[in-house]
Amino acid sequence: MTNPTRIEINCETGVESIIELTDAEVAQMEADRVAAAARKAEEDAAASALATLKASAKAKLIAGQPLTAEEADTLVI
Amino acid sequence: MANTMTLIEAKTLASSATSITFSSIPQTYTDLKLVTSARMSLNSTAYGLNFNGSTSGYSYKRLWGDGSTANSGQGSSLTIMEGILAVSQLSNTANTFGSAEIYIPNYTSGNNKSVSVDALMETNGTSAYTELYAGLWGNTAAITSILITPADSGSFVQYSTFYLYGIKNS
Repeated sequence: MTNPTRIEINCETGVESIIELTDAEVAQMEADRVAAAARKAEEDAAASALATLKASAKAKLIAGQPLTAEEADTLVI
Repeated sequence: MANTMTLIEAKTLASSATSITFSSIPQTYTDLKLVTSARMSLNSTAYGLNFNGSTSGYSYKRLWGDGSTANSGQGSSLTIMEGILAVSQLSNTANTFGSAEIYIPNYTSGNNKSVSVDALMETNGTSAYTELYAGLWGNTAAITSILITPADSGSFVQYSTFYLYGIKNS
């Protein structure tokens, strides 16, 4: 089975080449993909948690209920 | 203040491609500007940059929105300058392409290299990414090649375009 290929454009000559990735490059791509996905998941989770806290803070304000410190942090800079 | 801007190379994909590399970049400009219009074959929302084949020293801070909330994130000690939210993905409106302008000042200098990115996903819907991104490659080598590679296992689809400009300030 062949590895994926990449397009390389030589800016000096304008020559375009199609180059098969080495096994090491494929492994690096996979490692990069996993790491990036993990960081994105962390960011998404943090954003979701913040949105939940804001919604809770808003609901409590409307209802005249006390906020938790975490909820207040979403309102006060 | 830049007073010249020259197209170094342009590539429009005739068929899908895993990644694109601009190599042997001339060292005769002051700054580089990379402009992309891209769409992914899978539900993958980002691509990354790699300079000179180096797999170390990358970091970033970014602000991004998804249509409902504003978010921030950062990464350091990375093997690639990842997370540039500049592509439309499979689930987005057909035939839409995300776009980005990537500015790399002083790419031949002996200092670490900074990168600024203005990127967005394109789709006819309420949820789409837009991003401001500050990247750093902690390396003093002049940039001679740039690899643009998807953050996921997908490919850039046909008609994705990649333009590399050189900018001189004198």
